[in-house]
Amino acid sequence: MAVSDSTLSSSAAVVRASLTGGKRDVKGMLFALALLACLLLSMLVLTILLWDVVASAIPVFEKRSQGFFLNDLASSPDKAGVSQGIWGSLMIAAFVVVLAFPVGIAAGVYLEEYAKPTRLTNFIQLNIRNLAGVPSVVYGILGLVVFVKGLESVTGGRSVIAAGVTMAILVLPIIIITTAESVRAVPSGLREAGYGVGATQWETTRHHVLPYAAPGILTGTMLAVARALGEAAPLLLIGAITGRLASPAGQSFLDQLQGKFTAMPIVIYGWANNPNKPGDLTGLTFEDLNAAAIVVLLMMVLVLNAAAILLRNRFERRRVG
Amino acid sequence: MISKVLPNSSDTYQEPTTMSDNPNQSAGTPGATDVVFRTSDLAVYYGEFRAVRDVAIDVHRKEITAFIGPSGCGKSTVLRCFNRMNDLIPSARVEGKVDFHGVDLYDPAVNAVEVRRRIGMVFQKPNPFPKSIYDNVAYGPRLGGLKKKADLDAVVEKALRGAALWDEVKDRLKASGLGLSGGQQQRLCIARAIAIEPEVLLMDEPCSALDPIATARVEELMQEIKDQYTIVIVTHNMQQAARVSDRVAFFTTEVNTESDRRTGVLVEYDLTKKMFSAPSDERTEAYVTGRFG
Repeated sequence: MAVSDSTLSSSAAVVRASLTGGKRDVKGMLFALALLACLLLSMLVLTILLWDVVASAIPVFEKRSQGFFLNDLASSPDKAGVSQGIWGSLMIAAFVVVLAFPVGIAAGVYLEEYAKPTRLTNFIQLNIRNLAGVPSVVYGILGLVVFVKGLESVTGGRSVIAAGVTMAILVLPIIIITTAESVRAVPSGLREAGYGVGATQWETTRHHVLPYAAPGILTGTMLAVARALGEAAPLLLIGAITGRLASPAGQSFLDQLQGKFTAMPIVIYGWANNPNKPGDLTGLTFEDLNAAAIVVLLMMVLVLNAAAILLRNRFERRRVG
Repeated sequence: MISKVLPNSSDTYQEPTTMSDNPNQSAGTPGATDVVFRTSDLAVYYGEFRAVRDVAIDVHRKEITAFIGPSGCGKSTVLRCFNRMNDLIPSARVEGKVDFHGVDLYDPAVNAVEVRRRIGMVFQKPNPFPKSIYDNVAYGPRLGGLKKKADLDAVVEKALRGAALWDEVKDRLKASGLGLSGGQQQRLCIARAIAIEPEVLLMDEPCSALDPIATARVEELMQEIKDQYTIVIVTHNMQQAARVSDRVAFFTTEVNTESDRRTGVLVEYDLTKKMFSAPSDERTEAYVTGRFG
């Protein structure tokens, strides 16, 4: 006990001084503030946009109620509705789900899990990446040349089939890439565990790799559908209808698929070009209708994303369980 | 529930012919020899890089053979030749021979999946499936065609008992295997490996992610099951090799003359007692006495 109480307390004071002094992290605080400011700014812009749209849309939903959802395209803001746009967009989404999902997921799994990492494989992966970055209007040209003109006998020309297939091709690279990335993120220990107890490659892929990658694949595919729902440029080239479109009533489903069509982004685009004169009955303008149509499209995407999140959570629970 | 099932199971449960319930049976299997693995002139390449060369080892039945040596000496690489695990690495290439009871494992006619059903593996990092404890153990037997619940229950209990984990998990077999502690997870992986009743158990640094108590449990377990399985273990821990193994292979690295990349070589392979008391190679002596590595 050579150290007396007084030296102890004085050394404690020295330690305290050295611990409490020193420079404060001013730069770090400024940086955090800057980050927060950027976040708030983007939130603010989004909120203003959304508020502006919703505020103009509410009177439409009030005055037109279900007529807005059930009516066809028309030249008067008192009558025009989005039913054909919703139908067209849902059909396009269906084509994406039916065509692009299985092909894209299969291609992604093959690239990552089966293909030997040769130079050719790398070349193909690089190209798929580039394809995902090709502007959508280019896919529109492809759709126009191949599906509208070349395969007119099958698609019926400027039809929802041509649009759906074009959109499926547009999102295919996105689905392949997200699938491949999700599969790559599967820990190799999981594969080794499967092979280690004598599972074949198919069994390992089916029982372990795919379930583990499923949430990621699902997120990617849902984002792809959302993208397909929102794209307007390819549809313009393919020739979606912006003006008046005859009511599909009485047509067979196949006729509808092969006939003239429109979709939500095209409805919005078309209405934005209409004269801004209030309707005689409701006093609503096409600008108001447009806001309502935007809300409808946003809701469609939102519902889709919510479904994706729910499904992903279910898969993830199973992954842990 | 399982105890209820067990008494009946004896008259209903037909042992699948592909799996020998009695591990001692392997002694009676035609072609079984005392030497389980015999490698000669074994070399493994990753692309152009030669990871290990000139490996000649005989692994004896129902012994624990330990591979020791510094990092990068190729001991794990050699271990992974024994159940064709290197097949998973696209650039890996194997030269020389790995005989399993006289059959070259790298013969094109040999099916790697069948190899792995007879030669199980436990990995460095515990890697249970993200499934229940029960499903983790039952997975291998299910792949082998075992379907009836009573049979599976029996196999799962036996494997978990074999891995000294049964008492800790018997009340929560439906809980996730990922919820166990690290040491329990590793024993679950051992249970999963022995559930398909392999003849050999390869262990790739099975304790490197475990604390000393869990390590002791696993080492104890190895002693308990060594009368049923041939075990090959890779370890960084010399004391572990000295404690558990019957024979030790010491690997080291050599700097290549043409490039400065290192290649693993087998320095010496002998009985554990001799390796630690009177090694014939001075590099072995330097390593086991702690003067190097």
